[in-house]
Amino acid sequence: MPRTHDILFRTLADPTRRAIFERLCRDGEQTVGALTARAGVSQPAVSKHLGVLRQAGLVRDRHEGRQTHYSAQLGALAPLIDWTSQMAGFWQNRFDRLEDLLKRMDQ
Amino acid sequence: MSEPASEARTVVVEREVAFPPEKIWRALTQPHLIEEWLMKNDFKPVVDHRFNLRADWGAVDCRVLAIEPNKTLSYTWAAYGLESVVTWTLTPTSTGTHLRMEQSGFRPDQQQAYQGAKYGWQQFFTNLEKVLARID
Repeated sequence: MPRTHDILFRTLADPTRRAIFERLCRDGEQTVGALTARAGVSQPAVSKHLGVLRQAGLVRDRHEGRQTHYSAQLGALAPLIDWTSQMAGFWQNRFDRLEDLLKRMDQ
Repeated sequence: MSEPASEARTVVVEREVAFPPEKIWRALTQPHLIEEWLMKNDFKPVVDHRFNLRADWGAVDCRVLAIEPNKTLSYTWAAYGLESVVTWTLTPTSTGTHLRMEQSGFRPDQQQAYQGAKYGWQQFFTNLEKVLARID
């Protein structure tokens, strides 16, 4: 598995971090304060998760006055959603299984 | 991010199979046989019949579009909030059958796939967790 996949999987494997990311995807740009109000963990914890998400390229921050706004970078998910190559691999595998089955079936 | 939502993507898998179309057709259309190579299902060879393919990572919603026994079979294939069409074509050859599967869909437009789909997220991440469990 390519390294990019590895990082994305690991980053999104944490349920709290994933919830923060999902929230940004659903509701658009948010401040740390707004995210903390719904995250069920402390603000430093939320900030730490945002830092990890930013490292993985999944969120971007924008400073405005004293506030930092975070937004989801959906393009970073692209390596995970290469639909064509995923489905091609899936079907090759199913063709193998189909052939195995045909060999076992009665005429 | 800048790709148009309507950009079609197609997957084609073709293979020369050493069995006649009639036999392959059974494997493609009989639920207990489909289960052995594809997924658990409630398929019926009836146009417009809605069925599910079920795996441990989730389910695929399908609807039969066209059936021509021993020749072609096509059904819709919806998963992760994305719709596609799977078409099987069986062509007899001197040694068996040329079996072709074409799946046509649309590239998941970021907005649509991630912000619009009601159930896309849940399934996407369920799948992600499975994959993660495998690589650890």
